[in-house]
Amino acid sequence: MSETLPPRIVIVGAGPAGIRAAAALVDAGLKPVVIDEGQRAGGQIYRRPPAGFTRTAEQLYGSEAAKAGALHALFDRLAEAGRLTHCAASSVIASHEGRLHVLGESGVQVISYDRLILATGASDRVAPVPGWQSAGVYSLGAAQIALKAQGVALGQRIVLIGSGPLLTLVGAQLLKAGADVAAVLDTSPWHQQVRGLRKLAARPFVAMRGLALRARLGGRYHAGVTLMRIEAEGKGVTAMRWRDAGGHERLTECDMIGMGWHLRAETHLADLVGCAFTFDEQWRQWLPQTDQMGRAGNGVYLAGDGLRLLGADGAEIAGRLAAAACLADLGFPAPRASVDLRKLARLERFAGGLACAFPWPTAMVRALPDDAVVCRCENVTAGAVRENGGFGGGEANRTKSLSRVGMGRCQGRYCQLAAVELVATQTGCTPGAVGRFRGQAPVRPAPIGAFLREG
Amino acid sequence: MIIAGRIVRLAERDRAEVHFFLDGQTRAALAGDTVLTAMLASGHALRKSEFGPEPRAGFCLMGACQDCWVWQDEGPRLQACSALVSEGMRLRTMSPESWP
Repeated sequence: MSETLPPRIVIVGAGPAGIRAAAALVDAGLKPVVIDEGQRAGGQIYRRPPAGFTRTAEQLYGSEAAKAGALHALFDRLAEAGRLTHCAASSVIASHEGRLHVLGESGVQVISYDRLILATGASDRVAPVPGWQSAGVYSLGAAQIALKAQGVALGQRIVLIGSGPLLTLVGAQLLKAGADVAAVLDTSPWHQQVRGLRKLAARPFVAMRGLALRARLGGRYHAGVTLMRIEAEGKGVTAMRWRDAGGHERLTECDMIGMGWHLRAETHLADLVGCAFTFDEQWRQWLPQTDQMGRAGNGVYLAGDGLRLLGADGAEIAGRLAAAACLADLGFPAPRASVDLRKLARLERFAGGLACAFPWPTAMVRALPDDAVVCRCENVTAGAVRENGGFGGGEANRTKSLSRVGMGRCQGRYCQLAAVELVATQTGCTPGAVGRFRGQAPVRPAPIGAFLREG
Repeated sequence: MIIAGRIVRLAERDRAEVHFFLDGQTRAALAGDTVLTAMLASGHALRKSEFGPEPRAGFCLMGACQDCWVWQDEGPRLQACSALVSEGMRLRTMSPESWP
């Protein structure tokens, strides 16, 4: 490559982290390529409805409307001015030696990079509950996306289960929009939530806002519940069976269930480009390793919830930092990072409080009955995972080959954490020792026709 | 034809109507609906599970879980949570008869 050509920087993801990274690169005079799965930039939490929808930013994003609006306007301005290249509705499905295979509406194209910034975000961290394969069971994120991007509730009568900030937020948002929320069932007991409060004081205003939202749920909210099973018949969900903190069995009729235990970092691309991972005890999941700026090595940088689960505010900061690291490594004058690093440290303390207050339900997963489905893609059961976990010597990828858990179309995104938990129990080791499922290209299903060329 | 479905429209109801075919029957949706919204506005499922008896109706709505792939009469499948419905689209809850 000629030395006069500017470096080609590709950003994957146009949520808060990707947009801030792109803007920082544009400020330095570069023209990044931004590849995003959405039709319109914004990411998931600041997701925009399709053209023709009329609700205001305040209606869509509540207290975060100004932040969402600023990010959308910034990205649109840069895209319209030709300061960046936006590949919308496009998925990076593979990466090899600096070349990304990008699946879009017109097939697969190859986009090469000198530096890569991954801002791939997160999805709901879900734990299997018997019956969760039934129609009408969705992730909490899905319930929120349906409301924001489509103006709909995914059921007539809704029960939300799980734990974490999204549980309360989605419940309050659905109620405000006029949906019938029958119950909000939190697996985290009060004493556990209080334990997280000390660190949550790192962002007192955000913590207070969370408590105010919780108050809106009123008597629908129950802490410290035990989730027994999702009842279903022909058409789908009919009820949630659970035990309250006092041990009394309850049945709540509903036709939709939203579930989630905070977030799971989306790391398949980080895996493909060779990032190192460690099992993070605080978040009970595998996370990629970088320095504090987001440098992963080999010209790759990570930012946002795909690296550390700090939420949208943290993602904006991390996006700026990753871009600053990238610029510094290329020999460009980089913006100062010290203020952002201090802000990020405060958000990390707060996130630590959330992780403590709303933990992953280890005991619930380990006690799953053998006939409960763990992998929704192919209905692989807990019994099959346990049996093959033993045959596979307690190793994640051998268990995957033997039982097919994690080999379905979602590639383990929604079953891996539970499967690894089951294997760890079966073989008497830790989830960290069981290991993680290897990421495999294509990381999204791709039709074979997308790879074919005319002539 | 209005048939009660899984979803409840809470806002943005003043959009133009579009028509599509589901298993050969005409159905109404609103411009800007995803295929998932359109199908579940008058139905309860998107497809049948290949591995169990239960119908499926999507799960993550953000393109990650792959639960919402639906068939079209002409062959290619659509990811119902991200594709927008369009006038005259021909969707089906079962694979075409010609599929092996």
